[in-house]
Amino acid sequence: MPLQRIKPTPPSDDKRWKLIDGTMRRNGYAGHALIETLHSVQDAFGYLDDPAMKFVASALNLPLSKVYGVATFYHLFTLKPKGEHTCVVCTGTACYIKGAGELIDGVSEKYEVPLGETTADRKLSLLGARCVGACGLAPAVVLDGVMLGKLKGDDLLEHIEKVI
Amino acid sequence: MHIDELNELAEQIRTEQGSCQHCVRVCMAASCQSSGADDLMKRLEDAAPEGDQVQVKSVGCMGLCSAGPLVEVRSQGDDRPTMYQHVESQDAEEIMGSLGGSVIKRLECPTSIPFFQRQQKIVLENSGVIDPENIEDYIAADGYAALVTALTESNPTEVLHEVNLSGLRGRGGGGYPTGLKWSTVAKMPATQKYVICNADEGDPGAFMDRAVLESDPHRVLEGMALAAYAVGANRGYIYVRAEYPLAIERLKKSIRQATRKGLLGANICDTPFNFDIEVRLGAGAFVCGEETALMQSVEGERGQPRPRPPYPAELGLWGFPTLINNVETYANIAPIIRHGGDWFASLGTERSKGTKVFALAGRIHNTGLIEVPMGIPLREIVEEIGGGVPDGRRFKAVQTGGPSGGCLPEQQMDLPVDYDSLREVGSIMGSGGMIVMDETSSMVDVARYFMEFCMTESCGKCVPCRVGTYQMHDLLTKIAAGKGTSADLALLEELCEVVQMTSLCGLGQTAPNPVVSTLQYFRHEYENKLIRDEFTDSIHETEEMEAVS
Repeated sequence: MPLQRIKPTPPSDDKRWKLIDGTMRRNGYAGHALIETLHSVQDAFGYLDDPAMKFVASALNLPLSKVYGVATFYHLFTLKPKGEHTCVVCTGTACYIKGAGELIDGVSEKYEVPLGETTADRKLSLLGARCVGACGLAPAVVLDGVMLGKLKGDDLLEHIEKVI
Repeated sequence: MHIDELNELAEQIRTEQGSCQHCVRVCMAASCQSSGADDLMKRLEDAAPEGDQVQVKSVGCMGLCSAGPLVEVRSQGDDRPTMYQHVESQDAEEIMGSLGGSVIKRLECPTSIPFFQRQQKIVLENSGVIDPENIEDYIAADGYAALVTALTESNPTEVLHEVNLSGLRGRGGGGYPTGLKWSTVAKMPATQKYVICNADEGDPGAFMDRAVLESDPHRVLEGMALAAYAVGANRGYIYVRAEYPLAIERLKKSIRQATRKGLLGANICDTPFNFDIEVRLGAGAFVCGEETALMQSVEGERGQPRPRPPYPAELGLWGFPTLINNVETYANIAPIIRHGGDWFASLGTERSKGTKVFALAGRIHNTGLIEVPMGIPLREIVEEIGGGVPDGRRFKAVQTGGPSGGCLPEQQMDLPVDYDSLREVGSIMGSGGMIVMDETSSMVDVARYFMEFCMTESCGKCVPCRVGTYQMHDLLTKIAAGKGTSADLALLEELCEVVQMTSLCGLGQTAPNPVVSTLQYFRHEYENKLIRDEFTDSIHETEEMEAVS
């Protein structure tokens, strides 16, 4: 007779943990569902913190080192909370050729935030993406989930100002 | 389901669709969607007259992304559809008003231009025509006919034979003969086998696979099912980038629809053949496009490659024989089975058969997605289909193959585009990204850009790639900043060779390619940036003397 699995308790009684448990249940709490599970944690909470990783490790019966290893290997996973708004500048080849670098410099300078970081007031995160696949719209930026294309000069700064 | 039943269903759907007078198609691929196609679609639906005279349909990519949002109007009895470009949502009423009347000149997109005329569509035949979220549309376009015929009328060996006959080569970049790969997996005696679709399109500047997944997802599922039947697998995975939310959503929806219709799942078409497909998400790692790394990632591990052999065909996912092909390769399978391997083999060149989809971008008029026969000259793609370089600037180079490819200059423009010709001149076909650069791009910067990409994407498992790309990036940064010496350039060239020869996987082995090819064709740009020392002085002197004499 198989042993009864003891379910670990989530780090908090936040309802969002139910979603994450759902993802794990659909995959039979198998270790190979680690990436899917981390995706669902990040979708729910925005980032992966230590209690979340510890919980996932015990729920999937994996060593914490492995969860940490996978979480840090893939670029999409972040261990730090993002700012209120995110500005993702595409740095794919087509966007690079058409001036993505200047867009990044412009935002960096105005909001005093280096690429990959969040402003001190946690308002804006400036991130780079490998390629958002909108090469026809180069240079492209995804601002709070909205795609902006064919940006010139200060277009982007104006858009950010409107959002913030 | 039997083939007669499927044909009957297709006929029935076609008759239903044929009853409406006008069909208005709106491109809802990611590029047009982000230019406002969503709003436009709603406005068009609202403006459409009551009844079934007019059908408004959301379709996949129409190709000319730079002119989006695109709308196509097809009226009954009119054999040439009208295409409208840069359509805004306030144009919806005008378009609806013009149906059956004259064309709106202000918005018309001329379809007689080479961009549309020179293409030959196999993979993209349904793209921009059918509604990707509706399986009936795909069935009406002869979809799943190949699968149902193969399952009910031929055996796996016959399917394999057609694929072998077609001469299809892997579209992911390597160009390995697909038939050979399938045969190897088919020969393995294991009871459990897997089929994987590699949809981890990581090349920056390439969006072919995304367009196929978003515009015609069922075609990929059908190709995978045929592959599974041919090699004897019963489980499939699609490994897709998490950066493509629309493609993921459409794939999941298509899998549900096909399962409901009995075209996936258990006992497909009342035969003993079972096949289930599951979608797995990537998490942003370029190296996961390498097949052994991809399998690691499907298993929930860090995506680090392992040495080959053993190849995945022998020892793959969870230790079982596994067939891995790219999205575009699977998209070619259904037409091959439908029309026969001979038909496919009659297209293209002697060693590269069929067509290839390219994502045309960069400094070029018509950016977008094209499908052309293999062997077409590069010049025709750039100057005629692409419409040349805008703003009166001069063409400088075209980059193919992404971070594993190279930059080709003006003098290579008459080269036929196929696997072998591109390799001979120091580039590769790659997955199909084609970025055009004009005189304003510095080739040293371009090489540095790709090296930065490879450096950050290196998984860190083997030293030549982890350390080599870092050092090469340092050297390129130094040279680009005008602080390099001729010794730095010599060291860079030596490193290129070492990293190519000694890296574990394709990422490292091809990482130096952009540097090697720019050095081959644009060496003067590197040399002009070097600090002048005795050695470079002597080179300049000899050049000057040669020029004088």
